[in-house]
Amino acid sequence: MSKLGLITKGFVKDNPTFVLVLGMCPTLATTTSAMNGLEMGLATMFVLILSNIVISLVAPVVPDKVRIPVYIVIIATFVTVLQLCMQAFVPDVYETLGLFIPLIVVNCIVLGRAEAFANKNSVGDSALDGIGVGLGFTMSLTVIGIVREILGSGSVFGWKFIPGDGILAFVMAPGAFMVLGYLMVLFNKYLAKK
Amino acid sequence: MLLCLTAVCLFCSAILAVTYAVTLDPIAEASQAKTNASIARVLPAFSGNPELLSVKVGDVEYPYYKTESGVAVLSTVNGFGGPLSLMVGITGETPEVFNTVVLSHSETPGLGAKCVSEDFSAQFKGWNPEQKKLQVSKDGGDVDAITASTITSRAYTLAIANAVEAYKAIAGTNEEGGQDNE
Repeated sequence: MSKLGLITKGFVKDNPTFVLVLGMCPTLATTTSAMNGLEMGLATMFVLILSNIVISLVAPVVPDKVRIPVYIVIIATFVTVLQLCMQAFVPDVYETLGLFIPLIVVNCIVLGRAEAFANKNSVGDSALDGIGVGLGFTMSLTVIGIVREILGSGSVFGWKFIPGDGILAFVMAPGAFMVLGYLMVLFNKYLAKK
Repeated sequence: MLLCLTAVCLFCSAILAVTYAVTLDPIAEASQAKTNASIARVLPAFSGNPELLSVKVGDVEYPYYKTESGVAVLSTVNGFGGPLSLMVGITGETPEVFNTVVLSHSETPGLGAKCVSEDFSAQFKGWNPEQKKLQVSKDGGDVDAITASTITSRAYTLAIANAVEAYKAIAGTNEEGGQDNE
């Protein structure tokens, strides 16, 4: 597969949110606004790229029996690194995302890519795969965040263009499910047409 | 197998140790800056880093920061959706609320969550509990509640009332405890 294909695959055909339906917990919980969705996506992408690289490096020497523990330790390490760095340098972002940063450890996307791709491909390809899937996830979260922010608060990225309150349900959990469902339909319809 | 696990764990702990050492100071600075920013909002200008002290009123411990001009009390009560934490700046001999700021809350978005906005909290600026009653108007007090969020408004008001009690205790003029809304 071409290098470019590796990136676009994660973006469209294997989009983690709309096609594979992985990592739903942060998807539903952190997309209350476009900015939150974007930040969560970037945080996950950071972990995804680094863990993909390291796992593809160590995969040939790791015995099959301890494969999963080794991957989880590596992923957890990068998540903790990310958590500490965010706390130190972007405390405001850390505060909004809070609990969902440590939860990246158990995000199926990260372990899924390690199992399905990084452990049988080269370092370079794994890095590209991480970038592709990471971008796909970031894009999906941002889109959900934009829709929910427009409907729920009448603003985009904090820029308010409809005065007053929006439809409150969209800021809360039920709206997350609705927006996700409709976007999933649209996305897959578009894919099927192609 | 054992060798491999050991090696991976050693490698990972090394990365973590380095990151921890590097970020230790920035994290402490960031949290200090955040505290100072909150204090600066609820009290008149101050200098240096106020020290964290605490006072016991009844059974409840109230942490507070003292500056030259007043005291910033941390007061937590039960809101509608969970704990509601306020920092209440109080000044003067007859306690007067200088300003309040919400530190953390889990109120309903669009309803109780409005308690963080100036529209609601501005009314407490310069509030003197001797002259105006710290209770929502529904309960016979002088506080204008947020529409459709009486419970949050009550909790907010109670947090301030408790902070005032704590302030009196700091000044050494109060033996009674604050109220609990559990």
